[in-house]
Amino acid sequence: MFQNIGELLLLLWRTLQALPAAKRQMRKTFEQCFEIGNASLLMACVLALFIGGVLALQTGPVLAQRGLTGFIGQIVGLSLCKELAPVMMAVLIAGRIGSAMAAEIGSMTVYQEIDALRTMNINPVHYLVLPRLLAITASLPILVVFAMLVGWLGGALVSVYNYQIAISFEAYFTSLREGVDSLDVLNGLIKSAVFAVVIGLVACHQGLQTIGGPRGIGRSVTKAVVNSIVLILILDYFLTRALIQLDR
Amino acid sequence: MNHGHHRGVSIQVRNLQKSYHGQAILKGLTFEVQRGEIFAIMGPSGSGKTVLLKHLIGLETPDAGEILVEGESVQAPGVMDRYRMAMVFQSGALLSSLSVGENVGLYLSEHRLKPPAEIARIVSAALELVGLNGAEDKMPAELSGGMRKRVSIARALVIEPQLLFYDEPTSELDPLMAVTVGEEILRLNRRLQVTSIIVTHDRDLALGIAHRIALIHQGEIVSVSSPDEIRANPHPLLRRFLTADFRFDTETTHL
Repeated sequence: MFQNIGELLLLLWRTLQALPAAKRQMRKTFEQCFEIGNASLLMACVLALFIGGVLALQTGPVLAQRGLTGFIGQIVGLSLCKELAPVMMAVLIAGRIGSAMAAEIGSMTVYQEIDALRTMNINPVHYLVLPRLLAITASLPILVVFAMLVGWLGGALVSVYNYQIAISFEAYFTSLREGVDSLDVLNGLIKSAVFAVVIGLVACHQGLQTIGGPRGIGRSVTKAVVNSIVLILILDYFLTRALIQLDR
Repeated sequence: MNHGHHRGVSIQVRNLQKSYHGQAILKGLTFEVQRGEIFAIMGPSGSGKTVLLKHLIGLETPDAGEILVEGESVQAPGVMDRYRMAMVFQSGALLSSLSVGENVGLYLSEHRLKPPAEIARIVSAALELVGLNGAEDKMPAELSGGMRKRVSIARALVIEPQLLFYDEPTSELDPLMAVTVGEEILRLNRRLQVTSIIVTHDRDLALGIAHRIALIHQGEIVSVSSPDEIRANPHPLLRRFLTADFRFDTETTHL
């Protein structure tokens, strides 16, 4: 495990060193962004709609019983933007995009395409890792913004149409505006950017480490997804601790 | 990058050793390849030929020993910038997400050595040379194994290397195309004085175009000699390797 973390940090360092070459990889970066957005936007919105809805459904009736319906918007709004949207979207993207990246680079490793790049003096970190890392770091926060908006809407729909809660849209969004400010949104976006780097790095690292044939590719994909999710959840705690300073 | 400089480079291998999981694959190989030489490496499957090739181009790090390109270690930083090297992989190793044209022009486009129109012209000429005119827009998945190999050769030609490695360049090719590829290796060697190292099972290719042939067996060099010397060498392994053929006696074929 420590060896893996060391290798991940080394890959991160090499990718940061490659940043000056980022302009030359713009076309590939945009292609990757398009692929990530195209593959995930609809799924992210559906997921967020139901997460917002469930959140309102779990908290709403309890709050309504105690005459605290004025807090539903705040609870749904804050939970989504500070915690659920960044974490759930990161888990979704680790499964959807991290796995695809690990499989693609893994198959390039197994079929000697990476060796071919090296013999042509083309650095695989510049050519493959950098555009993917830039694309996922730009795309995940954007997806999280969509998830927050759609999640809030999901919470609103449940809060309005569930007979046990039954508040107005206006009351829900007034409560949400009172409880959520731009720093809370920023909090979620910082988290999502860190998670994006983790997903991209783990996926590329596993892909480059692939050995063996198709079975090796499968193993890399599984490890990429599982390791990303574990790291996301552990980092989430420490990031939350660090970002609490933003609220003060 | 070293553009105008097309002369081949020399390569020295000293006591090269490599083991995988405790099993010795290369057991202290020592040999030298001269500038502009065509050097063939032959040997039975599993004798360590491809592993040796990967070490020579710097894809693998040896456990012991060294590989020197013009006196500099192949692992030293900047060696790949100073000397142009290329490798024709056995499987082709084309990037499956790029078209044939993009694959062949990848070195020039990634290193920004030529404008796009010039790259397109060079790519087209290289593909014509390997008999694949107009294949620029095809994807590697649409090609046969032999065609992929030819694209890989075209990709190496575009680099105009000083040191060119071929891993089984004639496998999966029909006899006519194999001869064409052999001629092309020879022509490139004469035109640019490129040093060529060929790993092959193809006895006709090695004896036909190589200046010297190394025979490897179980990770050790059995002999390094010219084709004429090899033909005259009485070493039993060499004799077996050079004379094995498909002419079975009638009893065997009727089993």
